[in-house]
Amino acid sequence: MKKLFHEFLKGIIKENPTFVLALGLCPTLAVSISLMNGLGMGVAATFVLICSNIIIAMIKNTIPEKIRIPCYIVVIATFVTITELIMKAYSPALNRALGIYVPLIVVNCIVLGRAEAYASKNSVMNSLFDGIGMGVGFTLALLLISGIREFLGAGKLFGYTLIKGFEPAFVLAMPPGALLVIGLLLGFFNILKERK
Amino acid sequence: MENKLTVSVSPHLHKNESVSKIMWLVGLSLLPSGIAGVLIFGTSALRVILLGIVSALFTEGILQILTKRKITIFDGSAFLTGLLLAYNLPAHVPFWIPIVGSGFAIAIGKQVFGGLGQNIFNPALVGRAFLMASWPRYIATFTTPLSYDAMTSATQDAVTSATPLALLKEGKILEHVSYLDLFLGRRGGCIGEVCIIALLIGAAFLLLRGYISWHIPGTYVLTVAVFTYIFAGENGLFTGDGIFHILSGGLILGAFFMATDYVSSPLTQKGQILFGIGCGLLTAIIRIWGGYPEGVSYAILMMNAATPIIDRFTKRRIYGK
Repeated sequence: MKKLFHEFLKGIIKENPTFVLALGLCPTLAVSISLMNGLGMGVAATFVLICSNIIIAMIKNTIPEKIRIPCYIVVIATFVTITELIMKAYSPALNRALGIYVPLIVVNCIVLGRAEAYASKNSVMNSLFDGIGMGVGFTLALLLISGIREFLGAGKLFGYTLIKGFEPAFVLAMPPGALLVIGLLLGFFNILKERK
Repeated sequence: MENKLTVSVSPHLHKNESVSKIMWLVGLSLLPSGIAGVLIFGTSALRVILLGIVSALFTEGILQILTKRKITIFDGSAFLTGLLLAYNLPAHVPFWIPIVGSGFAIAIGKQVFGGLGQNIFNPALVGRAFLMASWPRYIATFTTPLSYDAMTSATQDAVTSATPLALLKEGKILEHVSYLDLFLGRRGGCIGEVCIIALLIGAAFLLLRGYISWHIPGTYVLTVAVFTYIFAGENGLFTGDGIFHILSGGLILGAFFMATDYVSSPLTQKGQILFGIGCGLLTAIIRIWGGYPEGVSYAILMMNAATPIIDRFTKRRIYGK
């Protein structure tokens, strides 16, 4: 049990996909405009990550070595399609806001990276907790980035104005703002790591 | 006796110069333009300048304390960044604009890269670009000079006017702005860019003392003049007003005081000429066909990004290699 908890925890801090492994930066840069988008993207990616980790850990001994990547892609694409259809049915506004980045979870390096580097070598249980940890770590990172960007770039959190008279810095809601915030956070976490 | 002989490698000539002294002298050379700006726009310009400088020094000090580095707030470089940023702002911006802009310029434009000498972009222009992208309605709203309407209008505050370049972009004919008006700074614009004669006094001082060379500003201004003469005319090619384009906007301030920043411009003379031509072309292209009326700051920032590659292709060949 302790080992499983460790698998879960490492995705959040020690091997955080965004701030330590620097994986999946494309959707992170693109959708982190508002907290709602960040949360939607994080939950969608977490779902895909958990499901694909479980399936790939199950079938890891049956798929041939040479064509393993296409097999992973098929598994991942199945769950991405499920996610996209559910999102279209129950929350079309979020689906419109995330746009092309929902189908692009198929080629998200976090999902493929965990399948190749972890799920194909470990047991189903371990892979499940690795998927949860990585997914939660990705979601927390997205929430942090999109929270900073929504608060400073639009003056809101979850769409609600917090401080009256605060004039938001519009640049943070634009692409350069995403690069600035992610770069500064990466530097900040590296400083924290060196201090330890 | 053995201490009398000092053996050291070249260079042996020592000139009584330091980075700090040059920075303060560049600051001094900008003084006439600041005085002119305060005379033209009133005391609110002085307020913007002071806030910009204080915020730059404060940010530099705080960050150096936090990162436990040597505190260098009196070496003049942070002072110069704050001063140049304030010169690039209109006189009636809200009080927090120069504070935020200077803080961003020092923190993100300079200290993040490791401090003086490490920054790839001119910090003051980084601050300006940040303000321009974040709060365009404050940065692009200019104050009418006092001399225009101090007699006629009772209120001096909140009188806005477009810059000559903005008027040109909107297609309005500029008959009331003569070359002399532009030369003396009787026009709307940023605090430090309007009075060309004051800027030229400072630039002449720097050129004569050898702190800047003619290569960047000369090619920059000439390129803008030639390019706008060819392409900016209303009646076809070769009818543009190159002199108007030199005298309006922030070209003189940018060419002499910001493009020549030692850290972010090329090292060799050949490279500096390329840098100046590149800045000139980008400025003219933005002014003629771009979305903004003025392109000096973006042009210099883009060429700052190109400086490493210019340096690589223009460095001198080592003899024998």
